[in-house]
Amino acid sequence: MPFAEERITSSPEEAIAAAESIGFPCVAKLNGDRIAHKTERGLVRLNLQTPEAVGAAARDLFSAATPEDGEVSVLVAPMLSGSRELIAGFLTDEQFGKVVMIGLGGVLAEAIGDVAFRLLPLGAGDAESMIDELKTQALFEEFRGEPAINKESVVNVLNALSKVAQEESNVLSVDLNPLIIVNGEPIAVDALVELTEGASR
Amino acid sequence: MTPPREGFKALFDPRGVVVAGASTHPGKFGFVALHNILSQGYAGEVYATNRDGGSILGIETVPSIDDLPSDAVVDLVFVCTPASGNEDLLRACFRRGIRAAFVTSAGYGESGEDGRIAEQRLVALADELGILLAGPNGQGVVSTPSRLCAQIVAPYPPAGRIGVASQSGNFVSSFLNYAYQTGVGISRAVSAGNAAALTVPDLLDFYASDDETDVSLAYVEGIADGRAFAERIRVVAEQKPLVLLKGGSTSGGQRAAASHTGALATDDRIFDGAVRQAGATRAANVEEAFEAAATFATQPLPKGPRVGVITTAGGWGVVTADAITRSSLELAILPDALRDAIDLLLPPRWSRNNPIDLAGGETRDTIPEILSLVAQEPSIDAIIYLGLGIQSNQATLMRNGSFYPDHGIERIVDYHERQDRRFAEAAAEISLAFGKPILTATELAIADPNNAGPRTVRETGKLCYASSNRAVSALEHLWQHARWRKQHGLI
Repeated sequence: MPFAEERITSSPEEAIAAAESIGFPCVAKLNGDRIAHKTERGLVRLNLQTPEAVGAAARDLFSAATPEDGEVSVLVAPMLSGSRELIAGFLTDEQFGKVVMIGLGGVLAEAIGDVAFRLLPLGAGDAESMIDELKTQALFEEFRGEPAINKESVVNVLNALSKVAQEESNVLSVDLNPLIIVNGEPIAVDALVELTEGASR
Repeated sequence: MTPPREGFKALFDPRGVVVAGASTHPGKFGFVALHNILSQGYAGEVYATNRDGGSILGIETVPSIDDLPSDAVVDLVFVCTPASGNEDLLRACFRRGIRAAFVTSAGYGESGEDGRIAEQRLVALADELGILLAGPNGQGVVSTPSRLCAQIVAPYPPAGRIGVASQSGNFVSSFLNYAYQTGVGISRAVSAGNAAALTVPDLLDFYASDDETDVSLAYVEGIADGRAFAERIRVVAEQKPLVLLKGGSTSGGQRAAASHTGALATDDRIFDGAVRQAGATRAANVEEAFEAAATFATQPLPKGPRVGVITTAGGWGVVTADAITRSSLELAILPDALRDAIDLLLPPRWSRNNPIDLAGGETRDTIPEILSLVAQEPSIDAIIYLGLGIQSNQATLMRNGSFYPDHGIERIVDYHERQDRRFAEAAAEISLAFGKPILTATELAIADPNNAGPRTVRETGKLCYASSNRAVSALEHLWQHARWRKQHGLI
C-alpha cells in the first residue's frame, strides 16, 4: 500500500531535522497507539512552511498530550496536496464477515455515501467492479488540471487490503482515510488499524 | 440441510394431491385451495379430507388421510388444517407415501414462543419422515408444467421459464400478476411463508438445476447469515441468472422487516456489494425485478454494452440515448458502412446517427430491413426499438369511429395492424437469427395492450416494455450479468 514518507520524532528538535530532510511544506501529527481521532482533537498541523513553524507545532503537540494518551511521538510527513480524496479499508461485519470498501473521501464522504463493498476475498475483477460501481466516476477522469486516477493503483490497494484482511486474523478493521490523489496516484496519509482484544501490536 | 430431489418432484410435479382440511365454505382457504387445483387443469388425482365428510366441488371427501382409497396415488398434501393436528397429519401422510407437504396453517413461528416450539417440532418431524415441508404460513405452490395451482390466492400465471421464490406470499402474487399481464410466464412459484424447513435459497438451488426454469426471481428479507446467503446465491448465479428484490433496504424498511419476521436485517450497502460479487441481479422495486427476470427469460445475453436505438420519432430516441448514457451501457457508434446501407433505405432526413431516427421516412419494408442491418453489425450488441404500434393506434381510432368501414378505412386499418404485427414478428425473428437482444418499448404496452404491436410482441413470447427507460434498465441488468459471466470464465 502506498504511504506517504513519514518520520517518528520524540522532540521538537528531531521534528525540525526530519522536516528538513523530507522537505517543506510538511505536516506534524501527535502519534500514539491510543489516539484515534486526531483531527477532532486538533492534533494535526498542516502546511508547515519553515523549521520554526515545525518546531512550534511539535512543542504544541507534545504539550497537548494527556496522560490517557500513553506514550506519544510527533510524526512528520510531507504535506501532500490533491483536490481528490478516496477512502478505502476493510471492516468486520456481523452478517458478512470481513468486507472490503472503497469510497469517495473528504469531509463530505459520509453525507454523500458513495461507497462500494465486497466480501472477502476479492476475486478476479472484483476490485475493478467496485471502482466502476462508484457514482462519482468523473473524479477518476482528468480533474482540475490533475491527471486521471491510475485505477490500477487503486485496484492494487484494494487487493492488498483483501490480502491483509485474509492473512491477519488479529486485524478487525483498517481505515485508509484519506487516500489523497497526488498526480493521479493514491497515497495513504493516515491509517487506523483496529485489532482484536488482546492482540499483540 | 438441502432437501432431497424427490421431495421437489412431489411438490412441483405430484402424481396426486390431497387437500387436508377442505371446506364447504367458498370463503375459506380449504375451499379456495381445492377450487384452484381443480379449476386450472391439473391432470393428476385430487382428493380432499373434511372432518364431516360429504362432497365439495364434486370431490367426495374422506374424514382423514388414513381413509383415502387404497389405490390412491398421492405425492403432495396441501394442508389447511389447524396447527394443533398437523403432526398427526404428517405421520398419516408418511404412511401413505406422501413426500411433500405445503402447510398454509398459521399459529407457528410468526405467533410467539408456543408457535415457535410447534414449528420446530413440525420441522423435526418432517425431517425424520423424509417429507419436504414448505411453509408453514405460506400461500401455496404453482407449477405450470403440471398445471398445478395449489394456492389460496390468485392468479394462475401463463406457463414460462421464470422460477419464483419468496417468503412473502403477496410478492409471489405480484410477480404472477405481472406474468399474467405481460404474458411472460412462470415455471414454478412458491410462497415459502415462515420458510421453517424449505428456504428461499433451497428453492433457488432447485431452480438452478430445474430443466423447466431459465431464471430465478426471489423476494428476500431478514437474512440471518449474510455470508452463507452470498455463497449460496453465487452457486445459483453461476448456473442461471437470478434476480433479487430485497425488503429492508433503508433503515425504515429494516425496522419494518425486523418486526415482520423477527430476523436481523443487514447493512444494505454490504448486501448490495455481496449480490454484485455473486453475479446475481438486484432490482430496486417490484416491476424492475419482474422485468429483469422476464428479459433474462426471453432475450439472449448481450455480448457487449453497445446499444443501437431504432426509433420512428426523434424525441423518444433522445430520451432513450440519455438513459443509456446514464447507465453502464453505451450508445453504439454507427460505422460508415452501416450508415451507407441505411442511406439506401431512407430519405436523407434520417438522423444518420445513433439513435437511428427514421424521421417518418419509412415505407412498407423499411423497419424489418433496418432491424436486420443493425442486428448484423458486429459493433452493435443489442437493439432497442421504439415506435411500434403507432399505426395501429390510429387504426383503433378509425375502427371505433363512425366512418368505419367506409371511405377505404377498413383497408387502411387492416394494413396498419398487419404492419405492426410484421414489425413485432421481425424483431423476434431477427433477435433469434443473430443472437442479439432486441427490446421493444412503447407505452401502448399498458395504454392499449390489445394494440396489434404490443399484442404481437406478447404472442412472440417477449416482453413489450412500457417505456424505453424500463427497457434500458432491463438490458443493463442483462449486460452486467453477461460481464460477470465473462469475468469469471463462464461464457
